[in-house]
Amino acid sequence: MITVDLADTSLRELNKRLHALPPDTNETAWEVLHPLGQHAIAAGLDVPIELTVRGHAGYYCAGMNKQATVTIDGHCGWGVAENMMSGHVRVKGNASQSAGASGHGGLLVIDGDAAARCGISMKGIDIVVGGDVGHMSAFMGQLGTLVVCGDAGESLGDSLYEARIFVRGDVESLGADCIEKEMKPEHLEALAGLLAAADIDADPGSFRRYGSARKLYNFDVDHADQY
Amino acid sequence: MCGIVGLFLKSAELRENLGDLISDMLIGMTSRGPDSAGIALYHNPAAAGFSKLTLFDPDNGTDWSELASALSNALSLSATASQRGNHGVLTVEGGTAVPRAWLKQNHPHIHIMGHGSVMEVYKDKGLPEQVVDQYDLRSVNGTHAIGHTRMATESAVTTEGAHPFTAADDMCLVHNGSLSNYFRLRQWLRRQGQEVETENDSEVAAKYFAFRLSQGMPLDEALRAGFRDLDGFYTFAMGTRDGFAVVRDGIGCKPAQLAETDDWVAMASEYRSLTGLPGIEKARLWEPEPSQIYSWDLLTETMQGAA
Repeated sequence: MITVDLADTSLRELNKRLHALPPDTNETAWEVLHPLGQHAIAAGLDVPIELTVRGHAGYYCAGMNKQATVTIDGHCGWGVAENMMSGHVRVKGNASQSAGASGHGGLLVIDGDAAARCGISMKGIDIVVGGDVGHMSAFMGQLGTLVVCGDAGESLGDSLYEARIFVRGDVESLGADCIEKEMKPEHLEALAGLLAAADIDADPGSFRRYGSARKLYNFDVDHADQY
Repeated sequence: MCGIVGLFLKSAELRENLGDLISDMLIGMTSRGPDSAGIALYHNPAAAGFSKLTLFDPDNGTDWSELASALSNALSLSATASQRGNHGVLTVEGGTAVPRAWLKQNHPHIHIMGHGSVMEVYKDKGLPEQVVDQYDLRSVNGTHAIGHTRMATESAVTTEGAHPFTAADDMCLVHNGSLSNYFRLRQWLRRQGQEVETENDSEVAAKYFAFRLSQGMPLDEALRAGFRDLDGFYTFAMGTRDGFAVVRDGIGCKPAQLAETDDWVAMASEYRSLTGLPGIEKARLWEPEPSQIYSWDLLTETMQGAA
């Protein structure tokens, strides 16, 4: 285990060391102490390492992640795992706004709540939230899956493309062009797989599915009032 | 950008360290606001029957003791002066309205940064660290303070354009964000007889709340009216005689973090500014919801969130 204490090592030094790791590195277990809410901790990783942040992280923690498994043992600020390409990111506390924004792949798990715009513009990432999500979550989601074990705030899935949404609790309101859809066996199976991967114990049968009505893809004068 | 911070100390022991704690919080927000910084301090309550005015002379030509004597002679009120950095504090007999009117009439170039019985306001251009040193903020004690670090977008970087903006006696506002309807709102406020001194959008918000309060609205109602009338992005922290309130706009454009322990209640734009507070590891931490009012005061003794 390599331990880096950000109370006496600069963030830039940590990220430089992480970025310099070769693809076949033996240094695969890392621990970061005293994150003190600093921004961009462990952003831009591209190696199959396991890294744990002990404490609360600031903005963009594990942003642009590829391959790595990052655990934040605390809360984190805006944009955790934003633009993630692959790998796993887990937040044991709550995440602030725009968690997993624009993510292309990988799995983001938030054990607590996520604030507004969780999964905004998601492009293939899978996000599992143990608690609630705030307003405008999955806004313009293009691909991937957002699973919410608690409640969702207003305008869920506004202007949605092909991202899939599963919510167990209440949805305050659906955004433009987002509708509830039938839960078919293949959806239950996919959801069960994601919950298992996220290590979250929840009955897939207790969720409802939401998706795009596909009316906003192309301009249609009959739908002008929806734009 | 801009950074805002607020701290209320419940523990009498910690009140001795208010200056140190809020200074570190303010400096923690340097990267969000390197242009200017300011702080409203709630400390050294004026004796019963007296009030305080925090003053700034852009020309630096005022001898505050002479000004206190002139005011005292003209209004037949007792008045004394002290100085902190380039700001003067006049302690005057009676309320603030009469001396404020006298200052405006006889010394129009002097800016009244703050007024009330407990609040003093210090602000200037420069990095937060420089502002902390300039006003020797680390040495002060008190119950609570709110502060601001500014990255200017809507108006020039000047001492007068720094935050906090005083809204009423012992009440001031700091703002992270930008308002889009402040020209119209400023015209409207002026038509209502409210004075607006700078070109700054945040001052308009402060004066808007001052106007609502002067109509007899309670603070929470005034803040709620703001959700309707203020268009733009904002996280506001409002310092009051007994505590502070925090609100975010309806879409939560600007960040805010709240934290509470048995000894203190704190808010900051980012968690980074809270890391030096004693017992932060065990604090309850949460992000305030958009369009909700969170307030703390001596009477409730806990942070209240109201829809």
